[in-house]
Amino acid sequence: MNTPAVTASAARAYKSDVKPVWCPGCGDFTVLSSITKAFAELELPPEQIAVISGIGCSSRAPAYLNTYGFHGVHGRATALATGLKLARPDLTVVVTGGDGDGFSIGGNHFLHACRRNVDLTYVVMDNRVYGMTKGQPSPTTEPDWDSALTPGGTGLRAFNPLVIALASGANFIARGFSGDPNGTAQLIVEAIKTPGFSFVEVLSPCVTFRPDQREWRTMVRPAPVSPTHDIGSAARRLMTDDGFNLGVLYTGNRAPYQPPRKTAPATPSEIERQFAV
Amino acid sequence: MTEGPGIADVANLLAHAHAMESEAHERYLDLAEQLDVHNNTEVAALFRKMAQIEQLHVQKILERVGDMELPRLSPWEYRWPGAEAPETAGIGEAHYMMTPHHALSMALRAEQRALEFYTGVLESGGDASVQALARELAEEEREHVALVKTWLAKYPEPAANWAEDPDPPMHQE
Repeated sequence: MNTPAVTASAARAYKSDVKPVWCPGCGDFTVLSSITKAFAELELPPEQIAVISGIGCSSRAPAYLNTYGFHGVHGRATALATGLKLARPDLTVVVTGGDGDGFSIGGNHFLHACRRNVDLTYVVMDNRVYGMTKGQPSPTTEPDWDSALTPGGTGLRAFNPLVIALASGANFIARGFSGDPNGTAQLIVEAIKTPGFSFVEVLSPCVTFRPDQREWRTMVRPAPVSPTHDIGSAARRLMTDDGFNLGVLYTGNRAPYQPPRKTAPATPSEIERQFAV
Repeated sequence: MTEGPGIADVANLLAHAHAMESEAHERYLDLAEQLDVHNNTEVAALFRKMAQIEQLHVQKILERVGDMELPRLSPWEYRWPGAEAPETAGIGEAHYMMTPHHALSMALRAEQRALEFYTGVLESGGDASVQALARELAEEEREHVALVKTWLAKYPEPAANWAEDPDPPMHQE
């Protein structure tokens, strides 16, 4: 008997037994589902995948996956992932996190991860708020978001991660939406398959601190133009993008950075000897 | 009249039917786990029951499939009218304080969408064997809709303040 290859149960095999503590209704549930569907579609062995994260609600993802994972410190996921990929180029390394972790404290690492163009896939679940710490504005929060903490809004221009990614050298840029898990799965598949640093921003509403984001469902749309390979065209598009165009927006042709290994990897006992006092 | 999904052959329709029931099963399991974590045990149990029922539907579809070779479809290649399979309960509709009424209302909407999908296949015309299968599947979904309505009748709409939490998640002062 033959059943369709990427069934929901095939994707579930990539999920761990740890139950997510995210709020019911959180967009991150379907992003997690998109990630597992992407892994299932690519038929990646779980032991050949490493998911690296920082701090925040979406950074809890590695614990919910049946792959290798590392829950790192705030903002440092891309740096950790860069080191891992350089040491273990055979692994598929995926970075997950949120807008606060990735673009605030992690902003510097984000720039250089794009610049270095190591073969990583960075999935940012962007809810335009610091959710885990209960509702402070993040770099991507709209300047007029009125809240108890920011009456009348911050008045600060929002960070544009896609423009920054392009300017810094990312080789693949896409935007998905948690309300479209199958479309997002497709983007993540393309991101993983594209060599170099792939950046996928996924709009993922925070039901608890940004209930206004329920409206995103009516605001997102497929990007009206095909993805471009021309950096100038991409720059114009992304600078004028309203934040709700979905799909692959740019694919470059930069070769990924992967220096050749100069020596054979050290064994654990050799490493232990080096640290002996 | 709804424009149908234009499914050309029985194998393709069965692939869609299998995916629809599988995704529904997985979503109800996810919802059950979510509500478990948030100590809404009554609704968690209800979602778990729905997941079990959907698993029975998966088995029924597999019995129909028998030895037939089904097409290999990527999740984004299914011809769903919306972003997800029609019978998948909307995850954004969940709330940690939701009641059985809300859960069953979600289930009712999901079953109604499934029925609309198969009637859409019927209305789009085409291959006679596809039409026959779509008719059977639509009839089954009609029965599911009726069953959920019966359950829903046992759980009247809650009071307007159902979501009031004496210890709500507050913005940090």
